Amino acid sequence: MTLTYILIFAAVALLLGLVMRNSWRVYLLMGVSVLAVYILQPILPIRGLDFWLATATLALTILSWMITAPPGVQRERNNLIAFGVLLGIVVFIDLSRYLGIEKIITATLPPRIGTLLVFLAALVVVLLGVILVKRISPAFLLILCAGLLIGIFIVLKVPALAMVVSGAIRSMLGRPVGRDYAADFRWIGFSYIAFRLLHTIRDRQTGHLPAVSLAEYVTYVIFFPSLTAGPIDRVERFIQDLRRPFALGAEELMVAGQRLVVGLFKKFVLADSLALIALNGVNALQVRSAGWMWVILYAYAFQIYFDFSGYTDIAIGMGRLMGVKLPENFINPYLKPNLTQFWNTWHITLTQWFRAYFFNPVTRSLRSRKHRLPIPVIIFITQLGTMLLIGLWHGVTWSFILWGLWHGVGLFLQNRWSEFIRPRLVGLENRKWLNSSLTVLSTILTFQYVALGWVWFALPNLTSSVHVFLKLFGFA
Amino acid sequence: MAPLFSGLSYFINPYRVLAKGLVLFIVINLAVAAVNPPYGRLSAYNILFPGRERFPYAGDAPEKVYSLTITNLDAMFSSHVISLPKSKDEYRVVLLGDSSIWGASLRPEETLAGQLNTANLVTCQNKRVHVFNLGYPRNSITKDMLILNRAMQVQPDLIIWMTTLGSLTPDRRLDHPIVFSNRSSVEELSREYNLNFDTSNIVIDGFSFWDRTIVGNRLPLVNWARLQLYGILWAATGIDQVYKTTTTVDSLPELTADVSFLDWQPPKFDPHLLSLDVLEAGMEAAGRTPVILVNEPILIITGQKNSNVRYDLSYPRWVYDQYRQVMDEESRKKNWQYIDLWDLVPSTEFWGDTDLHLTPAGEARFAERLIPYIQSTSCP
Repeated sequence: MTLTYILIFAAVALLLGLVMRNSWRVYLLMGVSVLAVYILQPILPIRGLDFWLATATLALTILSWMITAPPGVQRERNNLIAFGVLLGIVVFIDLSRYLGIEKIITATLPPRIGTLLVFLAALVVVLLGVILVKRISPAFLLILCAGLLIGIFIVLKVPALAMVVSGAIRSMLGRPVGRDYAADFRWIGFSYIAFRLLHTIRDRQTGHLPAVSLAEYVTYVIFFPSLTAGPIDRVERFIQDLRRPFALGAEELMVAGQRLVVGLFKKFVLADSLALIALNGVNALQVRSAGWMWVILYAYAFQIYFDFSGYTDIAIGMGRLMGVKLPENFINPYLKPNLTQFWNTWHITLTQWFRAYFFNPVTRSLRSRKHRLPIPVIIFITQLGTMLLIGLWHGVTWSFILWGLWHGVGLFLQNRWSEFIRPRLVGLENRKWLNSSLTVLSTILTFQYVALGWVWFALPNLTSSVHVFLKLFGFA
Repeated sequence: MAPLFSGLSYFINPYRVLAKGLVLFIVINLAVAAVNPPYGRLSAYNILFPGRERFPYAGDAPEKVYSLTITNLDAMFSSHVISLPKSKDEYRVVLLGDSSIWGASLRPEETLAGQLNTANLVTCQNKRVHVFNLGYPRNSITKDMLILNRAMQVQPDLIIWMTTLGSLTPDRRLDHPIVFSNRSSVEELSREYNLNFDTSNIVIDGFSFWDRTIVGNRLPLVNWARLQLYGILWAATGIDQVYKTTTTVDSLPELTADVSFLDWQPPKFDPHLLSLDVLEAGMEAAGRTPVILVNEPILIITGQKNSNVRYDLSYPRWVYDQYRQVMDEESRKKNWQYIDLWDLVPSTEFWGDTDLHLTPAGEARFAERLIPYIQSTSCP
């Protein structure tokens, strides 16, 4: 999100906080969030795709709600109104091409109204089918929808697949094929949207999903402050805030303002300045000495932290202006004395998501097997698997895979080391100086390990990463 | 993150905080505009990381060359290695000129200054000759004059001032970003040396009260900050521009039969149109520091249909011949040490990607020719 967009959205959030009345608050937040989905979708090489990706976001969200909502709820009056409002907003955005305000809401000219109406009609037919066709079991629909989301996610994250899809779209639209790129298919916020949707689908399967209205559900999934960079909230927590009466008071304004100012400073002063000197694919091969290589590696470590946590602060600040307390995502992660604590404080909501939907179930499953595996093996499998998936969430490349494995192995080694050292430290709890020194040393070592892990993450290929490792330790 | 003011919020009014913040913001801006601090003199170069071997200049791609185009003279000098204190055994030679001296497409060691430093010259007083590259792209004699005037603060022992016809023409008198950005210095020089600069028709930055506030001056301030940050990658990589593989100028287009130059027509132009007054002011500004004025080499294109009309793409023969004659006469009249090296490097193999820039081998030839002059001037 650019600074201009952030300032506009912050102003909108403040305005909403000041004028919103509880009776129509959720509709207002939903409406602004829908507009944000279209506004933030960047211009793409395939003309008009920005509009269709934003519309697809809404379609997938509505579809997910339809299949996760309890039977019969879909036909309730408030949900039909919300559905009508959503359709109305989409049609209004499309009509902007005839109103002389095109390219204000969307990056390129929206499609002709006839094309959109055909699409919307098809969508309504699909949604009606979901409600009316009784032969398809709800459980199967949930699996189907989760599969669809994971499928799209994989296509977006695997450059080769994204290119294939891009080529297919190009040939379908009669555009020149052969100039297709993975970037043709940039779907803003999809990584976060998909994980929110998957969370609701999985919770529906396990019976933990609370009943939410369509407007609440859509607002939760595409809430504009957290659309592009998280955090990934949980729906049951989010709707509590939505349903709680809210009036923007001095204290909320103070806290929100503080978060916004801190976030803007982190992102646009610290992170953007560090970006000028941080490790990247070009300078990695140009740096002449180990010392300077460490400097630009540390610059990258702090750049990515300030960038990401700055965006989170901004999202939290905007949310607070509208009475939504988005969860924290970063709590001083570089000041933690071990990797486990680092991952409890770095991109917290993503880690919690994987813990809830992968780590815990797999651990439970492995522990409840008839032929139980040894505990260290279970820990190794689950930690490595979790971190590998977190790596793949960022992109399906060898660099992200190795970054995930780096942390998976690190977490396992740290777990084993903790088990080994804990009994040997019994009786030393009262020696404050020793404990403080050990904490400082552990914090430095943990930061070093995390920083070295960024070498995999920051660089586009393994050759560059290996070169940087050799350089850092004086072998190149 | 816990709110900074948690527990205190019962008496903190955010609107008052906002109002106080706004007042402070205005007061600080007004104070900065009133004091106009010379922020350009603050620099991490030569302290945290090595000074640059030439002035920062980045063209369109600062992120690729770890540098950026900056026109604040203080910031330019404070980022340059010349700002280091002069050592007792050092004999400082500064080179002034345009992009050919700055070294477009060349690595620092391949430029004229780099080649002269490679020669490891020593004066008869056993002082080490250190040649500093103070060239800056785009020719303008006023720009050179501004740099020369500022360079006097860093105690040069010898100034070698490379000029060409293009830097003395009236259109280049004030038309240079460094001139635009240093209006107060231009006006100071104009007063001191009775230069008749017409500054009424050009937009010159950084002069109004508003321009001196933090808000008004934000772009130069951000550029200054970025220049400091790029110092890290300059130190780490030694890269300060895109180093192109050297190509020769064999593929230059054919010379035209056009004999006009600006709006001048043969057979003669008025010598008063050349900015010789600025050149003279520069000589005065140098004071007792010796100055060698050099008419820099040009590419003489031969064997083409219009070679008898033009020397190169820039100069028709008649205008360039007369320029050389004027420079020669003026130098003799004013007792300037003047060397005319216009035809030193005639062969295209010594010219780089354009007809204005020498290859490393061409620079070496140029350096070879200058060395005796440096030696004779440093050992009178």
